[in-house]
Amino acid sequence: MDASSTHLQPSDDVVLDLSANQSWAERHREAWRDVREGMAQWRLIWTLAWLDIRLRYRGSMLGPFWLTISTGAMVFAMGLLYSLLFKLELREYIPFLALSLVLWSFVGSLVSDACIAFTSNESLIRSVRMPFTLYAARIVVRNLVVLAHNAVVVVVVYLLLWSWPGGVAALALPGMVLWLVNAVALSLLLGTICTRLHDIPPIVASVMQMAFFMSAVIWKPSQLGELEWTLAFNPFFSLLEVVRGPLMGVVPSDLILGSALAYSALLWLVTWLVFARVRGRIAFWL
Amino acid sequence: MAAPTPAAIDVHGLSISFPLYHGTARSLKKTVFSTVTGRMGADTRKRVVVEALRGIDLRLRPGDRLALVGGNGAGKTTLLRAMAGIYEPVEGRVRVQGSLNALVDPNLGMNPELTGRENIMLRGLYLGLSPQAIEGLAEDVANFAELTDFLDLPVRIYSSGMIVRLGFALATAVQPQVLLMDEWFLAGDASFMEKARVRLENLVRGVEILVLSSHLADIVLQWCTRALWMDQGRVKADGPPAEVLAQYLGYPVVLSETARQQADAARSP
Repeated sequence: MDASSTHLQPSDDVVLDLSANQSWAERHREAWRDVREGMAQWRLIWTLAWLDIRLRYRGSMLGPFWLTISTGAMVFAMGLLYSLLFKLELREYIPFLALSLVLWSFVGSLVSDACIAFTSNESLIRSVRMPFTLYAARIVVRNLVVLAHNAVVVVVVYLLLWSWPGGVAALALPGMVLWLVNAVALSLLLGTICTRLHDIPPIVASVMQMAFFMSAVIWKPSQLGELEWTLAFNPFFSLLEVVRGPLMGVVPSDLILGSALAYSALLWLVTWLVFARVRGRIAFWL
Repeated sequence: MAAPTPAAIDVHGLSISFPLYHGTARSLKKTVFSTVTGRMGADTRKRVVVEALRGIDLRLRPGDRLALVGGNGAGKTTLLRAMAGIYEPVEGRVRVQGSLNALVDPNLGMNPELTGRENIMLRGLYLGLSPQAIEGLAEDVANFAELTDFLDLPVRIYSSGMIVRLGFALATAVQPQVLLMDEWFLAGDASFMEKARVRLENLVRGVEILVLSSHLADIVLQWCTRALWMDQGRVKADGPPAEVLAQYLGYPVVLSETARQQADAARSP
């Protein structure tokens, strides 16, 4: 193959048409184009996410399985302690805790990555025009790969204690799809806001810490007693429950489901409005 | 293969300004206060901005070879970035038709921890190439950059010369319809220059529109058909390269002897 044949030949018409003072219709069209073109680059997204992981564990023997081990150790230690503190049956509590911690660690690290979605790609954004959705999706895929490694802990715990959730577990799949859409939206939203306002990441970090303790991650919802119903108004809890519930063999209630969908819709709406409004300004803020 | 639409660049009344959020001006506190305090807010919201480009009009068609000349901070690189769609217009409009490649960062997306081959693959993906085309790209780049033994080693351990060669080879491996090039690109170590010059000239010859930001009179005179003298974000002069360069530099310019010889050598088969 000679050098000239590797040259990129324009396969179709490529038009870049940008103007100031866009109408909202134009802003929506441009934002939609960003999302569409970003998703079309799935191969690049996957490669970038995979390389991120490989680079983080370069030279280590176990690689990303260190995560699995540390999560496993955490589940074991916390399981012993909290089952004592809460006076819960260990056999019942450990699977719950393993699943909760694994799912929450996905949420937690996704959110903190989302805050630097664009600032960490500053030089790239300032040297080539790329859909911003690409950077958001890269974060989601990277954290999904980590989640897959951590999921081993849950499987091992279920295996050791022989507590399988049954067929209901399949309901976690649509829940997971909802999570992924939300994750992309959240990365776009937080990435955009945190680029403009540098005070947001610490606020987000403290909200997430509070949410960890408030959202029935390490304690069981039933421990709230009569007040259990109030949890449905906590977006972190209802969204956690649409995936965790089925994997514990519980079908989420209509209230939980409605709450999860309503909060998701709100997130999409806010993300869309913010992103469509300021997408063209992100490069100026870096 | 059907002939693609001819390349075109149209810039109308383009202005670009950068807001300066120095220190606390960028904080949430200021934003909240400026919103809740009403009248005061209107004042604090008057942000300090740097006007990088002011009212630029430009029309380029296939065959046009434009040079941007001017001092540091004149807005040359900002104009290149605006034409590449990196900065969207604050005022006015930018329309670019045809495939585009902007060479503004020598090490675009290059990760020193990855091997040469991985970096090549990554760049191929950024350019939207197919897996087969990426394989061809790797071969072409490795040959040109003379990396045979180093291709599967991390870029971190390369000599600085090898990194320059790799960056250059990658950037010049694909041929767009519109090529936007910043001046850093023309700097390089001497032994590499001759080979690089030939490759770059081949690339430039193949593109439909070239926009080049450069201080080098020889390159501007040799390659370009038009020059734009930029000063403080405005166009100060626009015309044939020799005239505009003479105005900018303050003395008449002619092609140097070595450049003339190189050009003659390139022309004769």
